[in-house]
Amino acid sequence: MINFQYSRPGDIADAVRQIAADPRAKFIAGGTNILDLMKYDVERPAHLIDISRLPLTGVEETASGGMRIGALVPNSDLSYHPLIEARYPILASAIRAGASQQLRNMASTGGNLLQRTRCLYFYDVATPCNKRAPGSGCSAIDGINRQNAILGTSDACIATHPSDMCVALAVLEAKVHVAGPAGERVIAFEDFHRLPGKTPERDTNLAPNEIITAIELPARGFAKNYTYIKIRDRHSYAFALVSVAAALELEGKTIKEARLALGGVAHKPWRNKEVEATLNGQPATRESFRSAADALLRDAKGFGHNDFKVELARRAVVRALTQAAQGTPQSQSNKKIV
Amino acid sequence: MSVEAPAATGNMGEPHPRFDARLKVTGGARYASDMPVDNPAYAYLVTSAIARGRIVSINLGEAQNVPGVLHIMTHENTSKDVKDSKLFSDGGFSGTSIIPLQSDKVWHDGQIVAVVVAETYEAAREAGYRVKIEYEAEQPSATFESNGVQVQAAADVKKTHEDPKVGDFDGAFASAEVKVDATYFTPTQHHNPIELFTTTCAWAGDKLTVYEPSQTMYGMKNGIASQLGIEPEQVRVVSNFVGGAFGSKGSLTPRTALTAIAARRVGRPVKLVATRQQGFTIATYRAETKQRVRLGASRDGKLTALSHEGWEVTSRPDNYMVAGTDATTRMYDVANVQSKVSIVHADRNTPGFMRSPPELPYMFGLESAIDELAYALDIDPIELRRKNDTMKEPIKGLPYTSRSVMQCFDEGAKSFGWSKREPKPGSMRDGDWLVGLGCAMSCYPTQMAPSSARVRLSQNGELRVETASHEIGNGAYTVIGQIAAERLGVPYEKVSVVLGDSDYPAAPVSGGSITTASVCNCVAEACDAIRAELGINDPKGDVLAALKSRGRGAIERYAEWTPKGVPDGALAKLYSGQAMPTGGTKDKERIMFAFGAEFIEVRVHQRTREIRVPRIVGAFAAGRIVNPRTARSQLMGGLIWGVSSALHEATEIDKRAARYVNKDLAEYLVPVNADIDQLEVFMIPEEDHEVNPLGIKGIGELGNVGTNAAVANAVYHATGKRIRDLPIRLETLLA
Repeated sequence: MINFQYSRPGDIADAVRQIAADPRAKFIAGGTNILDLMKYDVERPAHLIDISRLPLTGVEETASGGMRIGALVPNSDLSYHPLIEARYPILASAIRAGASQQLRNMASTGGNLLQRTRCLYFYDVATPCNKRAPGSGCSAIDGINRQNAILGTSDACIATHPSDMCVALAVLEAKVHVAGPAGERVIAFEDFHRLPGKTPERDTNLAPNEIITAIELPARGFAKNYTYIKIRDRHSYAFALVSVAAALELEGKTIKEARLALGGVAHKPWRNKEVEATLNGQPATRESFRSAADALLRDAKGFGHNDFKVELARRAVVRALTQAAQGTPQSQSNKKIV
Repeated sequence: MSVEAPAATGNMGEPHPRFDARLKVTGGARYASDMPVDNPAYAYLVTSAIARGRIVSINLGEAQNVPGVLHIMTHENTSKDVKDSKLFSDGGFSGTSIIPLQSDKVWHDGQIVAVVVAETYEAAREAGYRVKIEYEAEQPSATFESNGVQVQAAADVKKTHEDPKVGDFDGAFASAEVKVDATYFTPTQHHNPIELFTTTCAWAGDKLTVYEPSQTMYGMKNGIASQLGIEPEQVRVVSNFVGGAFGSKGSLTPRTALTAIAARRVGRPVKLVATRQQGFTIATYRAETKQRVRLGASRDGKLTALSHEGWEVTSRPDNYMVAGTDATTRMYDVANVQSKVSIVHADRNTPGFMRSPPELPYMFGLESAIDELAYALDIDPIELRRKNDTMKEPIKGLPYTSRSVMQCFDEGAKSFGWSKREPKPGSMRDGDWLVGLGCAMSCYPTQMAPSSARVRLSQNGELRVETASHEIGNGAYTVIGQIAAERLGVPYEKVSVVLGDSDYPAAPVSGGSITTASVCNCVAEACDAIRAELGINDPKGDVLAALKSRGRGAIERYAEWTPKGVPDGALAKLYSGQAMPTGGTKDKERIMFAFGAEFIEVRVHQRTREIRVPRIVGAFAAGRIVNPRTARSQLMGGLIWGVSSALHEATEIDKRAARYVNKDLAEYLVPVNADIDQLEVFMIPEEDHEVNPLGIKGIGELGNVGTNAAVANAVYHATGKRIRDLPIRLETLLA
């Protein structure tokens, strides 16, 4: 870890001023990722701006029937918030599938969006990595890539976004409120994270001088027919090989609206609205789910160790849609087999 | 979850709570890096970015400018300082013959290439990041099948190595009615004890004190003295508690001498706490193996032929091997046996002992093959083992001192509900989950080494035991105290045991599951000497009353104990840190093993193929169990490790660079609590006074042997897919 300056801004405007003034500065909130990255010598901020005491911890209902979640609400608090559990159980479930209790206690809502990939090479500064050191090459494409992406990859990068929470936020079509020197703006969730393309060093469309202030959830929470399935090598504290957030609105046994997002397979939570639309008006059957899964994974491509993710994702989608349709979501707290 | 201590049955001792339990959960136990030293400086290691080649240049400019940096060691200023590094298995003390900072040569990835010493840990680490090294890299050989590896027969490189064989395997296998011929793989694994690899060195004049978590006080004392060219008397090693070792702290690593040299150079104590990532390359590990097992049997299930061949990866310069065929050729009654072990030299750090070093990988091969044979014969796997059970090993015809393996299978099967198992693969289901039930045999050689200890009984009733043995989580404080209390009829609460200091009488390495048998037998002898001195021959006689009636303040006795058949001079070797365990298959007249039977239930999701383990049952027979509570914990931990070795643990190697890539506990998986559900341990009473006077067999490593095979056998039963390559991951079940 390299020595750094530390400051504590008095308010959001001050935080924005400070980050805009120093291109080598970074925000720190829960510190669950930035501190690791500094210890691994991946990040070398000259200045840490501690935003953890800013007044961004509210969880409030909005006029339009949705909810607004302050960027500094801890992941644990959010997942156990009574209104979130009641109206957006898919979000509560996804959060609880992530990390460990201790990490969820520390991690903030805004920070969860900004966590970096877990690609093994990104963390090993002795190896080339275009995301860490642009232009140095990608070690994962021909290396150990079991955890890497199968959708939306580029020649420069096959990293995945590791968040569980974001997969649920993608399905819920949340909005990201940010503040910067030019004032506030709102970014649709699907536009927040980027695909790697030729600039894998950029994970998001948040400008370097902007701060996330809140996440807004629209009114629709799909609390009746949803599930979050996370497939991983152990029950807890493991990143997803594949995860699926599935939300359905049913009329009898017919699908009125379907939403699907995949985690662990791409540089961002993966959605395909055209595929989702093909489910509308279809019967909620395995056959419908299977053809949607096939379509969703049609362009997926493995890199060796992660080839299996294509078939695993297909099966996970079918399983998730089946659970959602039956109203029997996956439990994230009872890990026992039922 | 809180469970009652297991009741003491048969010849078992009392289930006393661990002496150190409260200390450990309240932070009262001081580990090596917690020991206070005066005005320490801090060291940070810089490790190589390449696996093979040489260092062309080192630029220290930027690093030296970091405020607080005191000194930086590189091969340019340290090449002559470390004298030798003979391998533990060659009668030396080291886990590797590679001495870093000797030259510009890089032998393996992550080799220590510089040591930064600074006023603070943070400054040392920052400077470490700023050390600029230029390498001339050569293409490394990573593992099996890599270009440039060198394969050698074990028998050609190690004169004590034997490839057990008897009868005519080729003939018997050729004519066998039913055959299995399969190849198995076990992965690279790292110990990852929670306590990191730390060393604190403090000089007082020409006397050195080393605080380092170690399984071998006297090995380290003598080893570090020989590396530094000083007398062993000048070195004291202290390690009162060890936060997990599993073999990784059983031999000297290069960091100790480097830290001692650093402390001498900066003229003050130096503390080193290596990072989790560095632990993967500055210490040892379990190397990957490849094994071919061939079994021949008659139609009615009698084994007629067994061949076990093993290949193990090691480093370029060292001939480290585990050679588990020593055990696997002796488990069943079979007349025609052959075996062969080969080592494969690659550009890797030298592997070393890791909990059940030979048995964990090799019993996976054997016990998987036995299960395959059971299916080929359409015989229940337990019945197949019963048909081939034996009370004498087949190679030399030596009798087992005791062997209760079928009792373990029968008790375990009863509790597990084996009789409800429908044998056909894929035939048992529960909703969306395929159910699989599997079992395997566990074994571990009963080994011992010479020991010494001092026991003092005071007139106030206090009993003190001193020995330089080790508390590595094995319950050593507790069981040693119990034996002393029992032997002298003193309440357990009045006993104090001190361990982990080379100023105490020598004890052997705490490896090979030898500590309880070796040290307890010695302590019992010292206690008996106190009894004899007081003339109390009746085991129920009151020694304390006798002490008082004779007007004595205290009686102290020092004892030395050697296992049966150990040659003269063994105690001198113990004090020079070189006592090697005996017993197991090494005895000329008999063979000594502890046994167990392990049962696993797996669930495999019918669509997405996740593997879950809802139930584990282990039944073990290991002679006298001194403390059923600490024993159960050891066996339980072993079983969980066994599941881990089947489903979770593997160090991934990028073959292009011979570099480990998942070097932390987020990416190197071990089970979390949620992965382990029901777990039952049975201890089958067994008396065996041939192994040693107290009848103790070691259990530290018994629990994790065979579990990997039991899991793989259960996965086969659930899915009909035979997985011969660990760890078993869901992708192998998707196709």
